[in-house]
Amino acid sequence: MSAANSDFTRPARRPDFARAFDAVRRITAEPLGALGIFLVALMIGGALFADWLSAYEPGKISPRDRFLVPSWQHLLGTDQLGRDLFSRVLHGGRIALTVALFSTAVSLLIGIVLGLIAGYGPRWLDNLLLLLFDSIKSFPTVMLALALVTLFGPSLTAVVIVVVLVNVPGYARIIRTQTLALKESEFVTAAESMGAGTVRILRVHILPNVLGPLLILTSMDIPVVIAIEAGMSFLGLGVRPPTPSWGSILNDGFTAIRDTPWIAIAGGLPIILTTLGFTFLGETMRDVFDPRLKRHA
Amino acid sequence: MLNYAVKRLLLAVAIVSVAMLLLFTMIYLIPGDPAAVALGPRATEAMREALIVKMGLDQPVWVQFWNFFTRAWMGDLGREVLSERPVAQVVMENLPFTMALIAGGMTWSVALGIPLGCWAAVKRGSWADRLVGVLSVAVIAVPSFVIAIYALLIFAVALRWLPAIGAGEPGNPGDQITHLILPSLAVGLGWVGYIARMVRASMLEVLEAQHIRTARAFGLPDAMITYRYALTIAILPTITLLGVGIGQMLSSAVFAEIVFARPGVGKLVYDAILTRNYPLVSGAVLVTTVLFVLLNLAADLLIGALDPRVRSKL
Repeated sequence: MSAANSDFTRPARRPDFARAFDAVRRITAEPLGALGIFLVALMIGGALFADWLSAYEPGKISPRDRFLVPSWQHLLGTDQLGRDLFSRVLHGGRIALTVALFSTAVSLLIGIVLGLIAGYGPRWLDNLLLLLFDSIKSFPTVMLALALVTLFGPSLTAVVIVVVLVNVPGYARIIRTQTLALKESEFVTAAESMGAGTVRILRVHILPNVLGPLLILTSMDIPVVIAIEAGMSFLGLGVRPPTPSWGSILNDGFTAIRDTPWIAIAGGLPIILTTLGFTFLGETMRDVFDPRLKRHA
Repeated sequence: MLNYAVKRLLLAVAIVSVAMLLLFTMIYLIPGDPAAVALGPRATEAMREALIVKMGLDQPVWVQFWNFFTRAWMGDLGREVLSERPVAQVVMENLPFTMALIAGGMTWSVALGIPLGCWAAVKRGSWADRLVGVLSVAVIAVPSFVIAIYALLIFAVALRWLPAIGAGEPGNPGDQITHLILPSLAVGLGWVGYIARMVRASMLEVLEAQHIRTARAFGLPDAMITYRYALTIAILPTITLLGVGIGQMLSSAVFAEIVFARPGVGKLVYDAILTRNYPLVSGAVLVTTVLFVLLNLAADLLIGALDPRVRSKL
């Protein structure tokens, strides 16, 4: 009985690597998707292998090499302290990537929990949470960031908190809407009538069905998160020196923009290429896997 | 409609109230003694205690919040620390510069976005359509502060076509407009993408409509059909999109003001943080938040007036 049952409920799945390969093939079939994957791979590769790709320490100050123009020794030139900009850009990618992944994961976790509570919990709690989400979203992002920095001081913590506050209301709303729809569906009613507890219903029956669309939207938010980290570091409110960040390189370049424009170019270029790469990839993924989401954009 | 408007207005009041509570909590939690920060290191203990009483910091938390809350609704945002001028007055002096910047940004986004979206829709499926699509995504993706720095680098530093710093001479509109071109481009360029996409999508929908087919059957010229009959309808959703857009442009404006050293609310808050002028920070953030909520309210009411289906959703 139980064997027959499991055969019946679980359709045969192809091995995971075959599915992943198929997904990559469908994305690279689109020119923009291929370009997106290339740029993202470039960024991730640069961040992972930063120590091998550049001969210089990102924080090594050498006063004799200040403001060197780009050359074969220093591919992107050097800054006001004689630090190699190519090395700083690669290591800045590590910061950008770490912050993006960590803060997106935290936002997802909080967003999912709050969204499930709002969607499945009592009506008053739902209304209260919606009001809270709307209020948080009513702060213009940069203003929210500036206000939070007064509280936490310039730090990576402040960046993560800003990202979480910016992302959570949107994620929670998506989960809530889908949960509300699924709450009335037959398989949930069936599970309820068989005596399944709230946690089991949410975990086994609702969560797997609401997660797919959210993950694609999350991947499209990664460039926004990277922009928040770079933007706050540009204002001197994010990553503290001497830690290399694309935003702080851009700020170094902005300070000396008239005489040494290559510093600003070196700081801006990775931000442009990475945000474009993730956006092209995200858009292609959405169109390929879930065309219905296009209307949300 | 009245019912919807009242409900939507109450929601806006509730949102602003919760935002005030969040802001108050944030300021309350700032480590350090606000009176000591305000007076500086040379203040005596008696001066400090006098200021604590004057600022109401000796009261229980909920009394402090209630005072902050009621005064803020009356437009009293307290006094800033350095010059002791009313915060509301200082913010209002800077607000016109920010509004001018946002208006400039909207001008860019509408002037470029609508024709591009229209062009893409008419040439649907062609290379022009695809190019507009890619460009739209690209300008949406790239953060506005990078656009600001690169615009500064190219047009002000390298080519020297436009000024790099300030808002222009007071009372000289021509000079002020030349100073506005680059910062407002940085603020508005991302929205060119949003608007082009939006106009394209709604144009495609409208071009399929009955009255357009009728116009074609009557043999009206293509240009007249596109611009006179289709675009006037297709543009409606864009107007409401702009309501949300202005709020987002407030964020970009902060960067544009700092990069181009323009006066404005963004620069005000940024400088206030560096000098730990917290009443000014909270006051200015509150004003922009209220502005954002009001603009969204206006946009929602406009959609509600134009589209009855929206009203039933609240």
